[in-house]
Amino acid sequence: MQAETATVQESPAAPADGRDESSGGRVRRFLGRWEALLIGLILVVFAIGQSLSSEFLTADSFTTGSLDLSEVALMALALTLVIVAAEIDLSVASVLALSSALMADLWNQGLPLELIMPICIVAGALCGAFNGVLVTRFGLPSLAVTIGTLALFRGLAFVVIGDESVTDFPAVWTDRAFGNFLGTFIPNTMVLFAMLAVGFGVLLHSTPFGRSIYAIGANEEASYFSGLRVKRIKLILFTLSGAVAALAGIVITLRNSTAAANVGQGFELTAITAVLLGGVSIFGGRGTIVGVILALLLLGGIQKALLLSESISSYWIQIVTGILLVGSVLGPNIARRVSETRRRRSSQTPEEGPK
Amino acid sequence: MSVDTAPGASAESGQARRYTEWVFRVRELGIVAALALLVAVTAILEPRFIETDSLRNLAINASIFAILAAGQTLVLVTRNVDLSVGSVLGLSAYFAGDLLSSNPGMALPLVFVLGIALGAACGLLNGILVTWGQVPALVVTLGTLYMFRGLAFVWTDGQQINAETLPDSFLNLGTDSILGIPILVIIAVIVIVIVGQWLRDFRAGRELYAIGSNPEGARLAGVRSERRVLTAFVLAGALAGLGGVLFTARFGTVDATAGVGYELTVIAAAVVGGVAIFGGTGSVYGAALGALLLGTITSSLIILKVEAFWQQAAIGALLLLTIAFDRLIGLRVDAALRRRSARRAG
Repeated sequence: MQAETATVQESPAAPADGRDESSGGRVRRFLGRWEALLIGLILVVFAIGQSLSSEFLTADSFTTGSLDLSEVALMALALTLVIVAAEIDLSVASVLALSSALMADLWNQGLPLELIMPICIVAGALCGAFNGVLVTRFGLPSLAVTIGTLALFRGLAFVVIGDESVTDFPAVWTDRAFGNFLGTFIPNTMVLFAMLAVGFGVLLHSTPFGRSIYAIGANEEASYFSGLRVKRIKLILFTLSGAVAALAGIVITLRNSTAAANVGQGFELTAITAVLLGGVSIFGGRGTIVGVILALLLLGGIQKALLLSESISSYWIQIVTGILLVGSVLGPNIARRVSETRRRRSSQTPEEGPK
Repeated sequence: MSVDTAPGASAESGQARRYTEWVFRVRELGIVAALALLVAVTAILEPRFIETDSLRNLAINASIFAILAAGQTLVLVTRNVDLSVGSVLGLSAYFAGDLLSSNPGMALPLVFVLGIALGAACGLLNGILVTWGQVPALVVTLGTLYMFRGLAFVWTDGQQINAETLPDSFLNLGTDSILGIPILVIIAVIVIVIVGQWLRDFRAGRELYAIGSNPEGARLAGVRSERRVLTAFVLAGALAGLGGVLFTARFGTVDATAGVGYELTVIAAAVVGGVAIFGGTGSVYGAALGALLLGTITSSLIILKVEAFWQQAAIGALLLLTIAFDRLIGLRVDAALRRRSARRAG
């Protein structure tokens, strides 16, 4: 990631005249509009969804739709911070599985769930820290490291419980994970998500730590020379990502009241899709938690709409997701090109050129 | 990235290139040595491992992965990545099966050409989005991973192709041998040698390295980067298309889930084979050997009756070890090259 960041960062920094500011302003204004665009898309999807099935805009469909996305949504939050720092974590779904497997194993050994859950989260944090140490201390690219730990952690999950599944978790806890919040239609998992979203939102957007994540993502070297502890911050981010993935593992285990090592395969790609669709740049330094939440709402809306629809096959979910993901970066690129061409044309007439 | 293979002008850089080539060769020999050691240890513990049947199966299974890893290498070397290969394989596998079961008399070469063309078309879409659209390859191919897979699901509509509906002449490709060597392995070796030599010796191939080690420098040196990157994606797609046709010949039964999750195994094979994930380094041969090594690990763990559950963990650990090792080598080569040029300058 670092090398690519460097090449990308060079181009906007190059023009050192007044035009730089105006294009910065343009980018910022555009960022403001990205969330607006997402809201627009959500409204379109909701309208289409409602026209496809009258069950779409009901409390029940929100409950089931959001439950299905619970784990991906949780993981996407921590992943947002990692990607803003211009790194990536592909191992999250495997940490989720390892956490689920560990939970089953400890439960079989007779430990109380209240003790097992913190242990799982600590184990997940350790997995994340392992990624982080390899990336920061050994200087290895996170893409390669986390492809490796994707296989490693998933493999360890199988080592822990094999291909058995454990289903005898206490109903008190499975009901909590599956149930709704105080008799409303909002699932408990979404309340958990909301709490974490606020936490991560505050961390990313209103603390010095969050600002330094953006700085690192935008220009790692400059951040280092301005005194940020780049390695330590990245290590913390990977650790957080692991801990949240383990929490998602607990949630999915209780929600399905099943622990199995093959749970959540491919979730890493869905979570990354949500983050990128939310306007977070894969090169780091850009993106908001609000954008990611909107992207999750959009993805959930599409899924639910196509699942409820009788005329359109639900296989289209993947196609629409893919098109949106590519479009989310392609669209702005084309828009920028068009506006650049227009600017170049207008600056050819000497009086109108900026300064 | 750390090993700069961009061809330079002076004799000094020629010598540097010889040095880095030597490192490459050692790197590839390292995998061969690891393979030999693994086979030897497994054979001692369980002699059945080196029976012809067992080795044949191993080689056939590794062939398709090796072809995909060759294609992935072309893309990785340019500092891009293709996550969509598994989905392209699935699409082309179903396409080949569908063509043959609805027209059993169809000439087999035509099936191959069409399957490869479908893959190349998918690769072209990836390439255009990356070069003309300026969308990062990771984003593009993550998106097309979903799109192509979704298309396969829409197209198959829950159906599957059964081996009974396919002509025997086609299925025999996946099982028959010529002079004791499975046809699938022969095809894979031919493809890998062609792609490998192209990347190693041809101008277009060398330019892929230049783009990957220093995109800006390559552009200034007059490399038409966009066209080259587009070529790399088209070739990777075509090879995934070929892999799809071979997949159908090998397994006979195909549904929309063919090749799910292959992308990460293929990237892992290339990286284990010494292809740097951020471009500029590695060879097709290394990647193919990486695929063979991963396949051998799986087979040997199975035959040694190590609990199957350790396989993935072992592959993950191996991948981490190799990238750590490559990093170490990269640092040493950097230091050696720097010393060399410092001596010359002083």
